[in-house]
Amino acid sequence: MLDLSIVMSMAFLVEKSIVTVFIFIVVLAVVAYATLGERKIAGYLQDRHGPNRAGIGKHKLWGILQPIADGTKFFMKEDIIPDKANKILFVLAPTFTFCAAGFIMAAIPFGDRITIFGREVLLQIADINLGILYILAIGSLGVYGIAMGGWASNNKYSLMGGLRTVSQMISYEIVMGLALVALMIDHGTPALRQIVIQQSGPIWHWSVFSHPLGFLLFYISVFAECSRMPFDLPEAENELVAGYHTEYSSMKFGLFQFGEYTHMTLASCFIATLYFGGWTIPWVAVPENPGLIWGIISFGVLWIKALFFLFVFMWVRWTLPRFRYDQLLYLGWKKLIPLAIFNIFLTAGLILLFQKFGIAG
Amino acid sequence: MSDTKVKDPFRKYDLSFSERLYIPAIMKGMAVTLTHFFQKPVTIQYPEQKLEVSHRWRGRHVLKRDEFGRERCVGCQMCELACPADAITIQAGEVPPENRHLHTTERYSVTYEIDLLRCIFCGLCEEACPEAAIFLTPFYEFIGESRESLIWDKEKLTDKEGGPIFYKD
Repeated sequence: MLDLSIVMSMAFLVEKSIVTVFIFIVVLAVVAYATLGERKIAGYLQDRHGPNRAGIGKHKLWGILQPIADGTKFFMKEDIIPDKANKILFVLAPTFTFCAAGFIMAAIPFGDRITIFGREVLLQIADINLGILYILAIGSLGVYGIAMGGWASNNKYSLMGGLRTVSQMISYEIVMGLALVALMIDHGTPALRQIVIQQSGPIWHWSVFSHPLGFLLFYISVFAECSRMPFDLPEAENELVAGYHTEYSSMKFGLFQFGEYTHMTLASCFIATLYFGGWTIPWVAVPENPGLIWGIISFGVLWIKALFFLFVFMWVRWTLPRFRYDQLLYLGWKKLIPLAIFNIFLTAGLILLFQKFGIAG
Repeated sequence: MSDTKVKDPFRKYDLSFSERLYIPAIMKGMAVTLTHFFQKPVTIQYPEQKLEVSHRWRGRHVLKRDEFGRERCVGCQMCELACPADAITIQAGEVPPENRHLHTTERYSVTYEIDLLRCIFCGLCEEACPEAAIFLTPFYEFIGESRESLIWDKEKLTDKEGGPIFYKD
């Protein structure tokens, strides 16, 4: 006879494993196709087609197999480790970058709960009640991977790229954190699921409407955190060859690239969750007893929002030129951080004012 | 111009507040790229679609025949002399009596080789030819698996049938 509690915990383990694997696969698929999407979007923005040859047989299918071809190519390439490189760190760095980016997905609420076999299953790997802090902490671990890669390569360009990453990410993490402080003051919780539920209802319940400045600051700092185009100084190719991944080849380089796209994809999910209502649909109330269909819909809604932000990432990349290094730090420290602090006081003041006069915030 | 107020010659005017925000300018730039996103790509998908080239395009050479199917080339080596890239090699010789009906004069080129890897497709051979025998054609797709395969001899270069001297496309 099995103890009931053991059965329950076994069921919990099974359901969590299934949800985890499912989310992992979906995220990786999106990331793989984000690499294709980036090139397609770059193509269309420049009046080109982008990659459209890797199809099935005679059918080109907009290059739908390109990620597979790219992956195969990465594995077939010669894997070079420079002679004087620090081998352990050199091998560890891409893994670290990828893992740090991938761990973000643990806290993001990808969908509402669904009820199967009388059990409520959250479409979220872990409903951490410190979700925002967890994501900020894990997201900033990505710095180590890049800094390690830059240092271990024993190449001055790589080292410069790594150093730039560190100072850039540390500067913009402050902005990011401060922008989210204002958000947490408003929502009263760092738990992502609660934040999403609070944003359900009419569309103006989305935090982006109550925190426009905070959203702008957060969005800019996300670009810097993912080292995307206006802030992609770590790999500024006209100054640093390829920055921290100059010496990387084969799948190690692939992992760096994959990590960057994972970071971007999950950051898009994070933006959608925090400021655009996550998996909720405007004007649609969250049902009391959600079934499987609602789970799928909510899952899809989050991804639609996230894919939009992913598109904006790429759109911006192929529009804006790169910042100069001093301009980047000037913007971060002298403009965005004071603005973020101002935003905190503004939000706090407004909330106090609303509470005093009894207007619901 | 003594009354000019410009102090810094490199700065024409001070940026206004909205310009210093950069956000309107960024939005404008994003709008420009977005309009291109919805425009039709200008790419020509090469193996399926091909670029229409001018009939005067200077592609690979052809040695023409005249209206009676006779070789126009008389082996005068003017093209060899004119060629700035030294791509043309000709050995001239006398036409054997039994082949006299295949040639316009007694002299002809025994071998006529063009190294297409050396050729710069300038068309000077075409200009130098007194017999209107060599022409450059709009045909631009030729590949070889070795250097030797791109040295084209007389057999490959000569037009199969006779006709008017200008290349018709």
